[in-house]
Amino acid sequence: MTLIEAIGLAWEGLVLNKLRSFLTTLGVIIGVAAVILMIAISAGAEAAIADQINALGADLIIITPTRGIPGRPPTLVYDDVLALAQSVKGIKGVAAEQIVADQLIKWGNVSFTAPTLGTTPDFPLVREAPLGVGRFFTQADLDRKSKVVVLGSKVAQDLFGDVSPVDQEIVLGTTRLTVLGVMAPKGKVADTDYDDRVYIPLTVLYQRFLTNPMMNNRLRTVFVQATSRETLDSALGQIKSILAQRHGVTLGNPDFIVQTQEDIIKTQQATTETFRTLLAWVAAVSLLVGGIGIMNIMLVSVTERTREIGVRVSIGARPQDVRRQFLLEALMLSLFGGLVGVLAGIGGAWLFDETGAMRTVLIPWSLGLAFAASAVVGIFFGYFPATKAANLDPIEALRHE
Amino acid sequence: MDPIIRVEQLVKIYDTGEVPLRALDGVSLDIARGEFVAIMGHSGSGKSTLMNVLGALDRPTEGCYLLEGEDVGEMEVEELADLRNRRIGFIFQSFNLLPRLTALQNVMLPIRYRVENRISAEAREDACIAALESVGLGERAHHRPNQLSGGQQQRVAIARALVNHPSLLLADEPTGNLDSKSSEEIMGILESLNRQGVTIVMVTHESDIANHAGRIIHMKDGKIFSDGHNGKKRKEIAV
Ligand SMILES: Nc1ncnc2c1ncn2[C@@H]1O[C@H](COP(=O)(O)OP(=O)(O)OP(=O)(O)O)[C@@H](O)[C@H]1O
Ligand SMILES: [Mg+2]
Repeated sequence: MTLIEAIGLAWEGLVLNKLRSFLTTLGVIIGVAAVILMIAISAGAEAAIADQINALGADLIIITPTRGIPGRPPTLVYDDVLALAQSVKGIKGVAAEQIVADQLIKWGNVSFTAPTLGTTPDFPLVREAPLGVGRFFTQADLDRKSKVVVLGSKVAQDLFGDVSPVDQEIVLGTTRLTVLGVMAPKGKVADTDYDDRVYIPLTVLYQRFLTNPMMNNRLRTVFVQATSRETLDSALGQIKSILAQRHGVTLGNPDFIVQTQEDIIKTQQATTETFRTLLAWVAAVSLLVGGIGIMNIMLVSVTERTREIGVRVSIGARPQDVRRQFLLEALMLSLFGGLVGVLAGIGGAWLFDETGAMRTVLIPWSLGLAFAASAVVGIFFGYFPATKAANLDPIEALRHE
Repeated sequence: MDPIIRVEQLVKIYDTGEVPLRALDGVSLDIARGEFVAIMGHSGSGKSTLMNVLGALDRPTEGCYLLEGEDVGEMEVEELADLRNRRIGFIFQSFNLLPRLTALQNVMLPIRYRVENRISAEAREDACIAALESVGLGERAHHRPNQLSGGQQQRVAIARALVNHPSLLLADEPTGNLDSKSSEEIMGILESLNRQGVTIVMVTHESDIANHAGRIIHMKDGKIFSDGHNGKKRKEIAV
């Protein structure tokens, strides 16, 4: 019997029990889909991290306040930024960032709300967000509390269209501001859309937008860009000791956290790692369950068709012919499951990406791997029932009802 | 010339119950090429057991079976399969057609399992149609077993047994499930096959069926009780 005939024979067997065949392969379908999703999610996470490193630079240091010492207010303030910028060696710059609620922005009769960020002159350098046109505000602008603004590229486009924005006057909230420049398009990094924001001097933010005295001079985040990998550690040390000294705390019990971009990426990696491990288990368990399902259904099939096997043997089928028939049937079951699973995996990865649940990148070889896994499952779990069929005693098989 | 079948001191013991059951208890027998032999005997006398051994479906506990001079007891599994495939045709009381396959597909099975002398798909179909025509069922090639009468099913089974041109045809109560008219048709086919040189060994309970054979063997308690030429048959030929 040729292979093609044998495949035809196996196919006949499966079509005879369509629903049963489909239900049997559910485990394989889920397992294969999980393998593909797992790899797509890993690749997605890696791509996201790579993007973030590209966008922010690997030598970025992030300073955030902790809850601080009881009895004293949390203390990461604008003056800290000035001090760091002055004293720390081996850094490109220091950028403070403080965000306020979205503000209504108006020019002529165009108006909409936009996220508003107060920051310092080093922002374009530290966050690697270059200017498109015009200029960014300077330390002098901050000192003088100049009423100026730099627009994200999308805000500028929405507000001015084809008109040149530089030197135009806009109203942000209740404050008239002169447009100094427009940032070059940068897109989204992590969850932040750099293009859909407006940037104002930090001091103006405190004066006009964050008037609660409790919040005055208060900072949520300070970014420091080291000049290189080599200076990163020394910069970290300097920052910690300067801040500790200024805040009157010890390094053992600080009221601030100094992290590198790398630290943050590591935590993110740990999260995706957990999810990936979970999916790996889902894949393994589903494939196992799917395999056992196939073995079970094949054993049922062998029992149901005992007499058929007897007839085939009585007219000259060799044990290997019988084994091949049932092995092929198991293989086709699992490959069918594999095929549906691959489609489900592709669909699932697309859905994750589309709904924003998780970034996924489909890796072509993962489809092949998952499909191959289904084949291995079919052969592995089909082998025992097929061997059982091949070893049936012909007389007993023929007598079977 | 060698007999086509030679068995010596065949013993088949079933280890069921307290006493081992000797289904065959020292059967020795020669069957010459071209003979038509009927085996008779009471139920349980060991006829089917003997047929299964002769058909290489079962191995005896003791004794020797030579088919065309070759020791079947020494054969590997693959050789036995080839034996059943090309050299022996087996017909059962219950037809044993595969219900999902058409008559043609059933007849084609032995060709599909043939290892040597494989032939093209077209030649196969021709061979199967020819086999079906030789039993008068050329027009029923695409019917499934449940669309055929018992007699027709048995004829499909005969076509299947013959399609690889075996020299030996074994039939275990081939007419056991058939009415007398169908039985006569089947016997007519077997007789004509025998005239073409196919050796036939057939088990039956009915003496008028057995009378189609040239030699009748009676079995009792796993032994051959009597073995002789069928006088009636000779007379027929003489007439
Ligand atoms: N697999 C088996 N296990 C145990 N005993 C068996 C087995 N097969 C046959 N026998 C016994 O062997 C004896 C011979 O059986 P066999 O089938 O050869 O009889 P038979 O002559 O063909 O009878 P019948 O005319 O009813 O078909 C019987 O007593 C039967 O019960
Ligand atoms: Mg019997």
